[in-house]
Amino acid sequence: MPRVVDNIQIGPLTWKMRVEVPRLVAKAKAGQFVIIRVNEQGERVPMSIAGLDGEQGLLTVIYQVVGKTSALMTTVENGGEISDCVGPLGLASHVENWGTACVVGGGIGIAPVYPIAQAYKEAGNKVISIIGARSKDILFYQKEHGEVADELYVCTDDGSEGHHGFVSDVLVKLLKDGAPIKMIMAIGPVPMMRVVAKVTKEFEVPTWVSLNPLMVDGTGMCGGCRVTVGGETKFACVDGPDFDGHLVDFDVLTSRLNAYKDQERKAMKKLLEDPNCRLTKAVREFTYPGENKA
Amino acid sequence: MIEKIEKKERMKIKRAEMPAQKPEDRVRNFNEVPFGLTAEQAITEAARCLECKKAPCIDGCPVEVDIPGFINLILEKDFAGAARKIKQTNSLPAVCGRVCPQEEQCEIKCVLAKKFKPVAIGHLERFVADYERENNLVQIPAVAAPTGKKVAIVGSGPAGLTVAGDLIKLGHDVTVFEALHKPGGVLVYGIPEFRLPKNIVQAECDVLKDTGVKFENSTVIGKMETIDELFEMGFDAIFIGTGAGLPNFMGIPGEQLIGIYSANEYLTRSNLMRAFDENDYDTPIIRGKNVAVLGGGNTAMDAVRTSKRLGADHSYIVYRRSEAEMPARAEEIHHAMEEGIEFHMLTTPIKFIGDDQGRVVQMECLNMELGPPDDSGRRRPVPIEGSNFIMDVDLVVVAIGNSSNPLIQSTTPGLETNRWGNITVNPDTMQTSRPGVYAGGDIVTGGATVILAAGAGKKAARAIHTYLSNGAPK
Ligand SMILES: Cc1cc2nc3c(=O)[nH]c(=O)nc-3n(C[C@H](O)[C@H](O)[C@H](O)COP(=O)(O)OP(=O)(O)OC[C@H]3O[C@@H](n4cnc5c(N)ncnc54)[C@H](O)[C@@H]3O)c2cc1C
Ligand SMILES: Cc1cc2nc3c(=O)[nH]c(=O)nc-3n(C[C@H](O)[C@H](O)[C@H](O)COP(=O)(O)OP(=O)(O)OC[C@H]3O[C@@H](n4cnc5c(N)ncnc54)[C@H](O)[C@@H]3O)c2cc1C
Ligand code: SF4
Ligand code: FES
Repeated sequence: MPRVVDNIQIGPLTWKMRVEVPRLVAKAKAGQFVIIRVNEQGERVPMSIAGLDGEQGLLTVIYQVVGKTSALMTTVENGGEISDCVGPLGLASHVENWGTACVVGGGIGIAPVYPIAQAYKEAGNKVISIIGARSKDILFYQKEHGEVADELYVCTDDGSEGHHGFVSDVLVKLLKDGAPIKMIMAIGPVPMMRVVAKVTKEFEVPTWVSLNPLMVDGTGMCGGCRVTVGGETKFACVDGPDFDGHLVDFDVLTSRLNAYKDQERKAMKKLLEDPNCRLTKAVREFTYPGENKA
Repeated sequence: MIEKIEKKERMKIKRAEMPAQKPEDRVRNFNEVPFGLTAEQAITEAARCLECKKAPCIDGCPVEVDIPGFINLILEKDFAGAARKIKQTNSLPAVCGRVCPQEEQCEIKCVLAKKFKPVAIGHLERFVADYERENNLVQIPAVAAPTGKKVAIVGSGPAGLTVAGDLIKLGHDVTVFEALHKPGGVLVYGIPEFRLPKNIVQAECDVLKDTGVKFENSTVIGKMETIDELFEMGFDAIFIGTGAGLPNFMGIPGEQLIGIYSANEYLTRSNLMRAFDENDYDTPIIRGKNVAVLGGGNTAMDAVRTSKRLGADHSYIVYRRSEAEMPARAEEIHHAMEEGIEFHMLTTPIKFIGDDQGRVVQMECLNMELGPPDDSGRRRPVPIEGSNFIMDVDLVVVAIGNSSNPLIQSTTPGLETNRWGNITVNPDTMQTSRPGVYAGGDIVTGGATVILAAGAGKKAARAIHTYLSNGAPK
């Protein structure tokens, strides 16, 4: 079973986990993902690659608590184990030297665009990074992105750090001002990717988005991860996860993500009420958006 | 020992009926449906066999099990010996006794079949294998002196497991790489618990482990290492048994709605991820009230019977041809009918209709009629114009077959495939276009059967052994 070197809280509901999987790390590239199973009864959850340390054979994933499995992940101790970590899955992000390239990371998407920014940089691009989150305490990786990017723009929805507004606002401004961006990679919540794709279409800048539909096997066997791109059905786990943002049907993606809403909430409630589970206070007080904890 | 009785007398014995859970009980649980024969039943059934000199049943068996031979051992009450006799050519009798289509393989050829009912070969096979396992009589096979040769097996379905079992005995160092977190292929992720309990597959894998086979689960070859990199890692020969695991969809409007599954996804959630046990396992599954399963094969029967057990009020098979053309085993269709599955024959959906949440609520269908035979020799279904009608459904499972997963083929230069993407092999040796690389099972034939996959594994194991014995080039 793969060993978890450390599993550290880096935000109110955000954790960073490093897993020792040297053979996987040796093959993995920016843009790919892994599937983790915490325990025998657990679900298989896909997680983007947020960092690769070839020397030590360590994989970094950064995850947000959104339900039962991500909550359970927080209980894995430093030096502990998880049942499985399979990968690298999906296709690596397309990387070449376009001159100037831009990565846009929103929320948890700040994590996977980091290795992609590194890859863009290594290919010789000038890299512009735009990262953003709802507010300051949710932001992370400002330093890491700062070290890679030639230009870094940080934004928060509430203005608590950096530019007051959305990542797409910054991007529009840059494009309007004539920044010579030839390629954009945007990863984040679906509404954010949708908006970014919409604005970059107007400026005719090619834009990749990384799609996160529900998955089971991650090898093309189940078809649960199917997405509609340019009117065609694609399996995100093998044909993606990166797709041309201008062709993605975001409505289908959004709707399919809600497939198990009721069951997910029931499972999470049960976990939060389980006194035996070693959850931190912050996780135990988890609420769904728009829901008040009594 | 019971006295050998006269042929005439033997023919008077009625074929054994396997006791089974009552339909009204079993639709509420996932336990195995038939209980298996008792020892007395098995002995009486064995007495029916005429021990024909030129046993035609053997010709019907894809791996030529010595059928009268093992049946005779049952008469002598050497049940474990009978199981071992089968294992000389078929390494998975507990599995095959349950899932092989005996009625169209060995039993159809049985001389008794012409006038009476054939010997219940499948029931007997299951009985001896269960007897051996349940009484802890399974022997860890003797292993030849180490040859120093390493073999990699990609995929742990019946094909891969068979190759592993045969080559480990010959002294080779065998590692099985499996993409999923449990070995067994379709036997664990596809075929439901009520038809093939998972502990049986686990027991088969445990014996292999105890014999020395190494299992590396959660390892996707082609993503982790490629076939060429396996050679670089020191493997001398490679067997590819990756199955036919790419689900086909209908390609009609509305297929992205929530509540439309491929059979692979539906069955994987229920079997491998054990979603049917929602108290203990985390993976969710949609439990429909009105469930339509599209297709007429074993997979469709497994899916529709699963839906009933997950609480459906109405579970329908929607099939575009008629019952006569259904590829599912007769026993499965029979079990499905007993369980109250409703069959809509000569029907094809043309459109799925959703609600404002994007969930499927209805399906528009057309009635079909049978025209002249097509390439497959079956009469081609033709739509009847204007016959459109609407079915209310809240769950649809598409079970219209699988294609081959291109992962290995696309990452292995020089590996030849046919126009469907299946790997092409020399049918005598199962060798691919690449020296030292062998393939067998569904990845070569397209979706077929457990025993054909296992048989291909046998053949490949022999050829790999010859190849390695002749000093495979390093
Ligand atoms: C290719 C890929 C890469 C991903 N990378 C990351 C990552 O790096 N970090 C991270 O935190 N998450 C990532 N996700 C999402 C992550 O897999 C889900 O958050 C996780 O499966 C939720 O499981 P859960 O049991 O905690 O929550 P659940 O209770 O199952 O779900 C809670 C809520 O989260 C949403 N959700 C569930 N599954 C997903 C999903 N697969 N994608 C998006 N939202 C989902 C649902 O809409 C639901 O309302 C990725 C998903 C994919 C497909
Ligand atoms: C629902 C269902 C019901 C069936 N019922 C019957 C029945 O009653 N009787 C019968 O005889 N047959 C039945 N079949 C058919 C039978 O199961 C198959 O023909 C048989 O399992 C094929 O065996 P295989 O070894 O070729 O491949 P599979 O059993 O498909 O196993 C292939 C394995 O390879 C793994 N794999 C794939 N790619 C990779 C990779 N790149 N790296 C590592 N591992 C990989 C897969 O995860 C899988 O575990 C049924 C099939 C299904 C789907
Ligand atoms: S054909 Fe029938 S009766 Fe003859 S040996 Fe085979 S099983 Fe026995
Ligand atoms: S996750 Fe199963 S096919 Fe993509």
